[in-house]
Amino acid sequence: MKRALNIGLPVVALILVVLGAYQGLVVAPTERMMGEVYRIMYVHVPTAMMSLLAPTIVCVASLVYLVKSSRQADALAEAGAEVTVLFATLCLVTGSIFGRPTWGVWWTWDPRLTSVAILWIAFIGYLALRRFVDDPDKRATWSAVTAIIISVDVPIVYFSVKWWNSLHQMQSSPNTVDPSIAAPLRLNITAWFVVFLALLWTRYRIGRAERDREESTPVGEPKAVLRMSP
Amino acid sequence: MSFVREVVTLVAKDLRLEWRSRTRINATLFFALLTLLLFSFAAGPAQALQAANAPGYLWLALLLSSVLLLGESLRIELENDSLEALRAMAVDARALFVSKALTNALFCFLLGVVLVPVAVGLYGAEVKLGFPRLVGVVALGTLAIAAPGTLYATIAVQIRARDVLLPLLLFPVLVPGLLASVRASSLIMQGDPMGQTGSWLLLLAVFDALYWILCTLMYGRVIED
Repeated sequence: MKRALNIGLPVVALILVVLGAYQGLVVAPTERMMGEVYRIMYVHVPTAMMSLLAPTIVCVASLVYLVKSSRQADALAEAGAEVTVLFATLCLVTGSIFGRPTWGVWWTWDPRLTSVAILWIAFIGYLALRRFVDDPDKRATWSAVTAIIISVDVPIVYFSVKWWNSLHQMQSSPNTVDPSIAAPLRLNITAWFVVFLALLWTRYRIGRAERDREESTPVGEPKAVLRMSP
Repeated sequence: MSFVREVVTLVAKDLRLEWRSRTRINATLFFALLTLLLFSFAAGPAQALQAANAPGYLWLALLLSSVLLLGESLRIELENDSLEALRAMAVDARALFVSKALTNALFCFLLGVVLVPVAVGLYGAEVKLGFPRLVGVVALGTLAIAAPGTLYATIAVQIRARDVLLPLLLFPVLVPGLLASVRASSLIMQGDPMGQTGSWLLLLAVFDALYWILCTLMYGRVIED
């Protein structure tokens, strides 16, 4: 089962992304108002969705860790945090490229943009914290606490910036979008979801392996060996 | 000991410690004043621009100097293993958090009270709705800094690279608190014809309540061995 996931997920992800790109770039019709530019939506919308799904997983895994102190939950939280940073980066970059021709600006202080940007930088802080703590139990606890604080923060950022300023369009629903545009979008969302799962699963496995290695080597010993060799 | 008595005893201990040296609050105060001065150089000599941005500069100066206060307040607990000793005395972790965060909020608040008139004078700003309201915003805003600030400072002082990590963890979380504080302050300073101050204060109060509860509950896990 695990072997099937290890190889199967990335392969399926690759196939779906290629199919999705073909659908989005070739099959989907040109949009009336925005022209060809809108096609970046087929990457932007799925990455935006994944950059909210990933931190949700980190939050749940962190809660589970605080209650049960399970190593698996900690490894899942770590994997989720890295995937969050990756997808939030993609979301911000594609959003910027999308915003320039359609809104006329690379960046605006819109609630959604701002909260994804805060989410992004907060999770970079989270990952930095993980790098700086050597003790695996302390690292897991402190980063779980940090993840929960960030998770509470992001919705507040959203609402506070919404009061402050707004420009982003309301979310479109499939009912307001023509089926010929919506169908490739659904395919692309599925494709990026499988990419997300593949990355999460792979990083989770690496995290588990790292945990096992940390447990089998006493803290400090590898450093002593390194220091002695020229 | 009851929870309240533990908190009172611990706050008294922190205040006594600070009173004996007074170095921490003095140094931070001059750092904050210096920051206010530097903002006016960065903004240029145009008085109108400085006055318009005064609330933002005030809160940035307060935020930057609070980080120094927060880091120091926990560093003294690690010297001579004081934190270890407190834990050995079976002090309630929640009382420990509330006392530390209250002391930090108090120092940040005092700092803010000194900075407000200096900022108003230095940037040529007005306070149309009166100083007492502005001081109220400073109180709510410093409570917002103190709760997550104390929790993150406790983590940061125990690891390498603490000076970089504390702001990196704290500033993103404080964005809504900072935004609400700056908006409320600027409405109080520049006038509030639409009556929006209340909603920003409400946001700030909700932010305070959420983080004080959340951090109090989680603090035990942060300091456990």
